[in-house]
Amino acid sequence: MLKARLPAETPELPSVTPVWPGAELQEDEIWDLYGIKFDGHPFLRRILMWDGFNGHPMRKDWKEAFFEEEGKPFSSRWPEGHHAWAEDRVPWHGNVNYPDHFDPETWKEPVTFEAVQDEPGGNGNGRLHTQRIVVNMGPHHPSTHGVFRMVATLEGETIISLKPVMGYLHRNHEKIGERNTFIMNIPYTDRLDYLSSMSNNLGYVLAVEKLMGIKPPERAEYIRVIMAELTRVCSHLWSIGFLLNDLGAYFTPALYTIRERELILDLFEEASGARMLCNYMRFGGVTRDLPTGWLEKCNTVVFDRLPRAIDELERYLTNNEIILARCKGVGYLSAEDLVRYSVSGPMLRASGLQYDIRKVEPYSIYDRFDFEVPKFDGCDVYDRYRVRMFEVRQAVKIVQQALKQIPEGEIQTGKKAYQVRVPAGEAYARIEAPKGELGFYIVSDGKPNPYRYRVRAPSFINLNALEPMCIGYKIADSVIVLGAIDIVLGETDR
Amino acid sequence: MFGLGVVKGFGVTLKRFADTYIDDVKKIPSRYAGQRGVIDQGPEDTGIFTIQYPEEKRTLPERFRYIPMLLRDDETGEDRCTACGICAKVCPPQCIWIVRDKDENGRPITRPTEFYIDASICMSCGLCAEFCPFDAIKMNHEYELAAFDRYPKLVYDKEELTVLVSYYAKLYPTQYTEEEKARADKAEKKSK
Repeated sequence: MLKARLPAETPELPSVTPVWPGAELQEDEIWDLYGIKFDGHPFLRRILMWDGFNGHPMRKDWKEAFFEEEGKPFSSRWPEGHHAWAEDRVPWHGNVNYPDHFDPETWKEPVTFEAVQDEPGGNGNGRLHTQRIVVNMGPHHPSTHGVFRMVATLEGETIISLKPVMGYLHRNHEKIGERNTFIMNIPYTDRLDYLSSMSNNLGYVLAVEKLMGIKPPERAEYIRVIMAELTRVCSHLWSIGFLLNDLGAYFTPALYTIRERELILDLFEEASGARMLCNYMRFGGVTRDLPTGWLEKCNTVVFDRLPRAIDELERYLTNNEIILARCKGVGYLSAEDLVRYSVSGPMLRASGLQYDIRKVEPYSIYDRFDFEVPKFDGCDVYDRYRVRMFEVRQAVKIVQQALKQIPEGEIQTGKKAYQVRVPAGEAYARIEAPKGELGFYIVSDGKPNPYRYRVRAPSFINLNALEPMCIGYKIADSVIVLGAIDIVLGETDR
Repeated sequence: MFGLGVVKGFGVTLKRFADTYIDDVKKIPSRYAGQRGVIDQGPEDTGIFTIQYPEEKRTLPERFRYIPMLLRDDETGEDRCTACGICAKVCPPQCIWIVRDKDENGRPITRPTEFYIDASICMSCGLCAEFCPFDAIKMNHEYELAAFDRYPKLVYDKEELTVLVSYYAKLYPTQYTEEEKARADKAEKKSK
């Protein structure tokens, strides 16, 4: 963690991208949200907002168009004494506020190129006349798993540059988090990576617990681990299924994996009340104890159903020649480069580095379980697929152990309160989320709302490696390279 | 042999294809004749997992949460809500709005005159039900709430939100029994 004190008027910092190219997107984001300029950054642009957005929203003096109060709970949502829409107070046409010298009519996007341009100097052999073509993949393209855009410059079918464009799903989760009280923020973390809400809950709760200095009771720890690992199974199964979708195996493999995920979602629903946006963990415990019969059902799923399903999936996909032909050797990036681009999670483990936060810095009670960290060193899409397969098996193994060991007892430390007292200070907690290292950084000043709240989102940071992984491959390969990064736009755009 | 992986893979597809028919023959009434309205799929089930909503529906688990409801006693007809406002304070999107009742002298009393929930803002997190000290607000299972207008259809007032305790007891049998037991224990302690 790097800290710097800057003047509020003209904040400027030297960029760290020459040392860590993986800081590129984060610096873009800091410029966009906090208004800090980076000297020496290769391509500083507003990455989540557009250029016509006035101000830098994470600054404390910035107020949104529908601003009500500095922090929740609001004294009254409807001070007029009757129901009123926020939109009526600030009508739609009145809430747009352009920065000075900005004209939407003449504005040009920072990431646009001439659609077709003559290749300078021909294509190398000097005889054929070639042109470069810019292809806009997305934001509405089924391969991008959401509203994400890749602007690729092609020569023939080969990618020579590719820029990710995002922010279509941006809602400024961090600003909302600073307005919320600590406990209100738990359901919002569900909406980051909405495929693995239990992991997000866990990361956030761990960060706040670090500040509060409390620990959940044994049973709650076990429940948390079971939930987090089941989430990993869900998320990886989804990712594998949709990688196959991207390859063109339209929906048959995806539905086979989703079918197993469905059973896990049923378990989540029985325990927490919701399938995807679980909102299950609390500071110092979990919401409610597991319902009767839950453990038996979970036993059937984990000991019987999932191992069989994974074997079947492996039989179905792993040696398939079409998958081998499409995935082997595609999206190669060496381990050193992946580290330079700040990549974490399954992608890193597919390059021979056995880096797993559950092993290197065990949180919760992960040090009690026996599991292996995969070691594949193909650095390509195929090995990323195999790492996920392997991790699903290991996650099932962890849940099996946890189900055998889970003790009876309390599920909450202290009394559950709707207003928690969080002492002043700062804390950073990181967990091995299914997509990579998920970190929550919280600064508290002792008030009911956090002073600063920041999410290290793996889906966002892993995208640093997208361009270097795509260059030199065919345009059709960029789809599966992105599929193997496994982004969720809720987390990328926050 | 080249191509063996693909052939083996198709074996899996073929098995799944057969499974759907076996499942339908085994289970009575048949799904394809549209005779099963409620589908309950467990970890032992094979066959098709997709549900043809709205002809078919899933059974909902007890803890399923959607939009809050207010409880009213069956016999006395009194609301359990005391207008303490904890639900409004803990609500993350701040969609609850309560107006406290006053007595003849203008002093506030523990009863709401108005209670609004803006269902178009509500995020179904269930924090209000979790932290209500009087078990007055619970999460309803009714999820078919689509309406053509946001206002006034999706802003629920007190009458629209209120349900009888017996309705709640039917939706949440285990939780209701637990709460009633805790309530009885508390009353017993008090009387001693």
